[in-house]
Amino acid sequence: MGDGPVDLVVRGARVLTDGRLRYADVGMSGGRIAALSPTVEPPRGATVLDGSGCVVLPGLVDIHTHLREPGGEESETVATGARAAALGGYTAVVAMPNTDPPIDCASVARDVMELGRGACARVAVAGAISVGRRGDNLAPLGEMAALGVRLFTDDGAGVQDSALMRAAFQYAAPLGVTLAQHCEVAELSAGAVMHEGEWSSRLGLTGAPAEAEHVMVWRDIALAHSAGCPLHLMHLSSAVSVEILRAARARGVRVTGEVTPHHLSLTDAELASFDTVFKVNPPLRSEPDRRALRAALSDGTLDAVATDHAPHAPQWKEAPLDQARPGMIGLETALAVVLTTLADLHLGEDHFQEGRGLDDGAAATWRDGDRPASGGEGDRWVEPAMAAVASLMSARPAAIAGLSGQGRPIAEGEPANLVVVDPAELWKVDPSSSASRSRNTPFAGRTLRGRVRHTVYAGEAVVVDAAARR
Amino acid sequence: MTLGHLLGIDQLGRTGIEEILDLAEAFEEVSGRQIPTVPALRGRTVALMFFEDSTRTRLSFDTAAKRLSAQTLVFSAAGSSLSKGESLKDTFATVDAMGVDAMVVRHGCAGVPATATRWTTAPVLNAGDGRHEHPTQALLDCYTVTRHLGTPALDGLRVGIVGDVANSRVARSDVAAFTALGASVTLVGPPTLLPPSVAGWPVDVSHDLDEVLGDLDVVYLLRLQTERMASNALPSVREYAQRYGLDGSRSARLKPGAVVMHPGPMNRGVEISPDVADGPRSLVLDQVAKGVAVRMAVLFLLLGSPASEPRSLGTAPRSSGSVGHWPEPVAEGARDARQGATSG
Repeated sequence: MGDGPVDLVVRGARVLTDGRLRYADVGMSGGRIAALSPTVEPPRGATVLDGSGCVVLPGLVDIHTHLREPGGEESETVATGARAAALGGYTAVVAMPNTDPPIDCASVARDVMELGRGACARVAVAGAISVGRRGDNLAPLGEMAALGVRLFTDDGAGVQDSALMRAAFQYAAPLGVTLAQHCEVAELSAGAVMHEGEWSSRLGLTGAPAEAEHVMVWRDIALAHSAGCPLHLMHLSSAVSVEILRAARARGVRVTGEVTPHHLSLTDAELASFDTVFKVNPPLRSEPDRRALRAALSDGTLDAVATDHAPHAPQWKEAPLDQARPGMIGLETALAVVLTTLADLHLGEDHFQEGRGLDDGAAATWRDGDRPASGGEGDRWVEPAMAAVASLMSARPAAIAGLSGQGRPIAEGEPANLVVVDPAELWKVDPSSSASRSRNTPFAGRTLRGRVRHTVYAGEAVVVDAAARR
Repeated sequence: MTLGHLLGIDQLGRTGIEEILDLAEAFEEVSGRQIPTVPALRGRTVALMFFEDSTRTRLSFDTAAKRLSAQTLVFSAAGSSLSKGESLKDTFATVDAMGVDAMVVRHGCAGVPATATRWTTAPVLNAGDGRHEHPTQALLDCYTVTRHLGTPALDGLRVGIVGDVANSRVARSDVAAFTALGASVTLVGPPTLLPPSVAGWPVDVSHDLDEVLGDLDVVYLLRLQTERMASNALPSVREYAQRYGLDGSRSARLKPGAVVMHPGPMNRGVEISPDVADGPRSLVLDQVAKGVAVRMAVLFLLLGSPASEPRSLGTAPRSSGSVGHWPEPVAEGARDARQGATSG
């Protein structure tokens, strides 16, 4: 099938095909999957990746990544962000346009795409909806679409002007692109550093009500539907937002929604520490919101998990909460948070409830006879969880962002973009070991389940034994 | 009791509050002397880190520290390196490097004193952080009421906190302190000036001052904080004054013996009318006067007195039966504590 002899083989793992896990070796050649069978004998000189105890999934796709280049290189670069992505099992990321200058025209888009060549993962870009992300005038969507840009957003802020947004949907409809919205009505969230509710009241911090999100979710569903343009709702954070999404989908609106790992696992109670690492936009919301997001992930209302990886150099976080920049890094922890959540959903547990989080005590409850390789009782969650990951973190996001060659099933002839993950490994998050330039992970010191062992991007083993090769 | 830092009221509990109030009583006597100082903190330096405008709190802490013979180092944000772009972390580290024994921190954003504990080795005293807490104000409020009533606590007392609760750090600390001492608290104001949620707060809520007025033993009026208020929280200041201001006619309907308090600065004619502010029910100037003694007590505890000293201070003054001859031994005790001694 391949262009030549097999040069890379994953051996001894269970491979996800048609929603099932089966023991198979995966042989790759010339950037494609060349052999998929119970045993693939590696030719002399081929690289062999040990997959024992592991599961092979399609490479993950993150449609919401802040790479900070150009303009924010103190926090991240395309190269370091892509390396963090590869370590997290991603073979493609979509770079957000809130850079300096913003990606609001073909020349900047081309520059960032160029920076992505030779990176550890595919780097696609999202273009801005408005010039300078200022929300005044429509950006040249056509010129960027001609370069291959398929997703447009002013992320970092929502487009406030309803007339501009309406025009954007109308103009974009025939371009075959999707408009993605950061849903936040600025007037309702002015000065906010966290979710408005019990905790903001107690802590005396300005909160953003969940309505700041709902109002724009409603508005954009109405505008996109009548314009006939697909809409993607970014980082939905509240119970009402997913209810609206569910209702709109039922009425046939072309709308998709994503959720972040941190909104699935953390709540506004974290702000009691006043630690700026928990300042993020949209904010961590209440425990009932978190549970509703979890349910929406489980019932298929949410299409994708996206990281909103938002690196910030220390100086942007070591400040009072009202001045610290919002955002958290997430590329290297996303899969583990999602796997933990999916395992919990399957087993009727919730290791993140009530802000309890994962600690060594919680982790200890998993140690009883649930090595996936054993195929025992405790292993039953692995197959449905892996099938869900392949959909939520690979196939669906690739479709939303229009990324060809990504999110494909594992089959002979398909591009060799794979992640090999050990679903049982428990590991403690150590920010200092992150490949990102920034350290602002909210999971520092917490124990997570499920670790990327190898990542194969375009037929090259870019991560081997949880270490980046370049 | 020793205090690591004083960031909020909850860390103290009822006994901690009572202990501070007892200690304040001993220090209040000092303030009445011809030479109102004791050498308890001689040789110590207290940094007053004021990142937000303040007159009374800064002066009160400055006076308290000096009456304990400590030196003060006053930092104010205006004209500092902050305006040259220095980070908050570096500002704390810089002052810390000068060798200070405590930092009294006032900042416009909630949580800065808590965060500052990670940036300095000195004990941190929260002198007001955004809309979060202002623990020494609550302590001096408790001190003022208990001493006015001649009771050690507030059991059975009904307190109404009226006005801009949402934006008030004083209200948050007062709710914790008053209820810890046994009072029941009702928050009174229009919904736009109350916190978005009072889940977990040990309070009742009312939107009608006239309805609760006759039940209250203490009416605690808050300043309308227009600088922190969301736009359109009120139709007008005038309407607020009409519905929630304490004027002479409302004051006349209070129970006999009920008192009126205000943390200052007052907007006369808005939350309180001049005749009430200066009237017989008003404890407003009492609050200011008692603030110094309470802050002396807190600074003394913060700078590391051994656990038993406060009690010996209040009950067994050395030699003459007055605090006047006591200072030297306590100063020694404080030094011991700093060196890690556990004697008492």
